[in-house]
Amino acid sequence: MSAAMTLGAQVVHDGYDVAVIGAGPAGLVAATRCARAGLATVLFDEQAAAGGQIYRGVTESPLTDRSILGADYWAGESLARDFAASGAQHLSGATVWSLTPEREIGVSVGGGSMLTQARRVVVATGALERPFPISGWTLPGVMTAGAAQTMLKSSAVVPDGRTVLAGSGPLLWLLAWQFLNAGGKIDAILDTTPAVNRTAARPHLGGFLRSPYLSKGLKLLWAVRRRVRVIGNVTEIRAEGEGRLARVVYRVGGSPDTVRLDVNNLLLHQGVVPNVNLAMSVGIAHHWDEVQACWTPTLDADGASSVDGIFVAGDGAGIAGAEAAAARGAVAASRIVRELMPEALLADAGSDVATLARYSRGRSFLDHFYRPAKAFRVPTGDTIVCRCEEVTARQIVDAVAIGCPGPNQLKSFLRCGMGPCQGRLCGLTVTEVIADARGVAPEEVGYYRIRPPVKPITVAELAALPKTDAAVKAVVRV
Amino acid sequence: MFRRLPEASAPTVRLSVEGRTIEARRCDSVATALLAAGIDVCRTTPVSGAPRAPYCMMGVCFDCLVTINGVGNRQGCLVRVADGMTVAIQRGKRELGA
Repeated sequence: MSAAMTLGAQVVHDGYDVAVIGAGPAGLVAATRCARAGLATVLFDEQAAAGGQIYRGVTESPLTDRSILGADYWAGESLARDFAASGAQHLSGATVWSLTPEREIGVSVGGGSMLTQARRVVVATGALERPFPISGWTLPGVMTAGAAQTMLKSSAVVPDGRTVLAGSGPLLWLLAWQFLNAGGKIDAILDTTPAVNRTAARPHLGGFLRSPYLSKGLKLLWAVRRRVRVIGNVTEIRAEGEGRLARVVYRVGGSPDTVRLDVNNLLLHQGVVPNVNLAMSVGIAHHWDEVQACWTPTLDADGASSVDGIFVAGDGAGIAGAEAAAARGAVAASRIVRELMPEALLADAGSDVATLARYSRGRSFLDHFYRPAKAFRVPTGDTIVCRCEEVTARQIVDAVAIGCPGPNQLKSFLRCGMGPCQGRLCGLTVTEVIADARGVAPEEVGYYRIRPPVKPITVAELAALPKTDAAVKAVVRV
Repeated sequence: MFRRLPEASAPTVRLSVEGRTIEARRCDSVATALLAAGIDVCRTTPVSGAPRAPYCMMGVCFDCLVTINGVGNRQGCLVRVADGMTVAIQRGKRELGA
């Protein structure tokens, strides 16, 4: 390490052995293991405190009653504690806005940016909630269920007034359970899990019955169903109101009639998907996972990607949950330590591989059982797909009809995906809407070409980057 | 609509939102502080002028964009509250110089 720079009162060096991006379970464990082995390790994370989304606020949550969030949440405390004692540098409030195949990282902290270099990079950017494009989903009063959970974890704030949860997936039941524990009231759960999924999931039941998810899942389902009205087989949901959510309109099965509920909060959730933007931007190969209906990076058993020296660990490598994410972080770290410090005495990685296997069992059942219905993945008509640029499903289908073949061309047609979120929230929907309109597979349609900066920064911040003499001479007339 | 759980510590940070003083906890993001204070529209869109509220609370959706201490386009869910902070609803695009 030679030069260093101070950004937002934190010192950033211009070179590290290992840079980890994201402070969820995978990133924390990867950084801890690398630092303990003696590698100069930095962890960049956008949040103010370690934990990622699953353990959000775990080191500083104002919640005093631990039973509200449950033991699985507080398990994150030991990961954060081990990380803090590991010797790895933690750069909080740090946004990574570029990553090159040469492993140069552009990072912004407190309004200032710099470039740094790492011999190995672990992308642990985790998951985000799958887009839930329904009519009216941009109205104030509608948010993701995970967003409400974040407010509970980090600030002890709960939904108030008439509240409806809608969607599908194991997390939906966990969130409902936590809200109830916190004294929140849920007026109804609209379950959108398609009935046909049972048939598709049945062949995968064996693994699930032997998995740790069975008893946990049943306990949650039972606890929530006892206290909340659950409406199953919901096939259509609309959020309505003038400038603010006032009611939810839903349809059960193929019923000719819809039902109206007056509500204050509508919390949406239909599973989580890998947050792939950073990995995509550096050119890591991805493939379409048809069961999880999302893009997943193509990796070897250690999490090494198609780009030399760059690993992907955690849910960003494919959704498998917090325990599997931590194990993946450990497995990637073992490989990195082996590569950079062959002389280091390594703890046996066998137990990490066993943990990964244990928590991977049963996932295929969950994936098949909770695969979201097409109606909630491929919207139609005036439903907004791109929230930033306010582009509707009909506009996209019309663009395809006049020859638009994919997401990148769609940008020129409609500016779709070109707002501040840079396609994070609409990308999956756009791929599937175009694929459906063209009658081809999503793999053939592809995804947005993601370019740096992968998070918006100001031109002033870019211009203020430290420059080498060669770079200055390249543009200054002598 | 949201409320603070009574079991946790009392709010201690004061910030000014559109001229109104609201209280927040030190661990709150700006977006959480606004929602907990009943302010559920934090911006209007540059395209149609539609009102928006925080949607993802994890830095993905950019629907929580606000002006903080005179600087526009800040993601309210990623910025911690601080005593004396001034927050303004962002109407449409970020103004140049803000």
